[in-house]
Amino acid sequence: MAEFALPANSKITGKGINYPAPAGATRTRTFKIYRWSPDDGQNPRYDSYTIDLDKCGPMVLDALIKIKSELDPTLTFRRSCREGICGSCAMNIDGTNTLACTMAIEDVKGDVQITPLPHMHVVKDLVPDMTHFYAQYASIKPWLQTVTPEPALKERSQSPEDREKLDGLYECILCACCSTSCPSYWWNSDRFLGPAILLQAYRWLADSRDEYTGERLDALEDPFRLYRCHTIMNCANVCPKGLNPAKAIAEIKKMMVTRAV
Amino acid sequence: MADSRPLSPHLSVFKWRVHMATSIFHRVTGNALAFGGLVLFTWWLAAAATSREAYETFVSVARSPIGWIVWVGLSWTFFHHLVSGVRHLLMDTGWGYELGLAKSVATITWVMGLVLTGLFWAVYFYGLN
Repeated sequence: MAEFALPANSKITGKGINYPAPAGATRTRTFKIYRWSPDDGQNPRYDSYTIDLDKCGPMVLDALIKIKSELDPTLTFRRSCREGICGSCAMNIDGTNTLACTMAIEDVKGDVQITPLPHMHVVKDLVPDMTHFYAQYASIKPWLQTVTPEPALKERSQSPEDREKLDGLYECILCACCSTSCPSYWWNSDRFLGPAILLQAYRWLADSRDEYTGERLDALEDPFRLYRCHTIMNCANVCPKGLNPAKAIAEIKKMMVTRAV
Repeated sequence: MADSRPLSPHLSVFKWRVHMATSIFHRVTGNALAFGGLVLFTWWLAAAATSREAYETFVSVARSPIGWIVWVGLSWTFFHHLVSGVRHLLMDTGWGYELGLAKSVATITWVMGLVLTGLFWAVYFYGLN
């Protein structure tokens, strides 16, 4: 069942630390960042860091790295490519899930509030536990499945038209921004696969070379795995790659109907 | 270990957008219609079947200011749920998932719900002429 309130150990009641603006800074911005450490037995809290924007790169990730290097080395977050292709720095910035590396500080009005991806168990600070998400990804068998023998001395070919059907699907970087923006996923992530995994499932259903379409649909034909999508559309709105998981899920639902009639 | 980990904030931090509100209000209005409507309808039937006094009590409450708020609210709930239902019907065909269109349709849902409610009461008070 949907639990609208946070459990007692998750309420953000801890006393936050305030890092004031550096002396002489004229263009400052305050970052209000969710903090939780497994080591001190305290509830989560918000720490506020005010930094000089004239001495910081343009993106939210630049600010996080600056805070970690100069103000507070205990601040913990994931990051890698800093150009929106690895998906590591996915987090909730100013109420929206996105990548810290492609989100400009300028695009946020007022204080920049940063929390981990919503409704996830927190390992530390902005680092959520992705174990379940990855297990769900593995469950849809995200690889080419075939019965016909492999063609001799060449690849399985695909027409440009069929290849085009994978546009808008293959670009997914599995950052989980969409899944963790979805209220259906918040309340039912134990059984609902969520937008990211369903978009990936459709990526294989739409692939002309895959020969397990029927089995894949069988695996999704379930009141929860697929049909917990109620077209809330948060997924498509937050996707930092501009993809549309809601549309992909609708296509799967259409395939279900088409094969039944 | 995993149990001691806190759950990250969700509803309390997530920024609402019109389609999220529309989707959730589809459920809220559906429940309001089912429960609110059922209770009022049952009361009306039971009062009519019981006695003149019971029916007059129902009518006096129904015509009180609170009663009017409930009727207007219930009619809006009905029309909003109706329009929102049509929106879901269209989306079930695979239509309306492009971001701009989805936002427009969700906004139109709210406007249409209010317009139909207004029309309904205009016809109620002034007739079709």
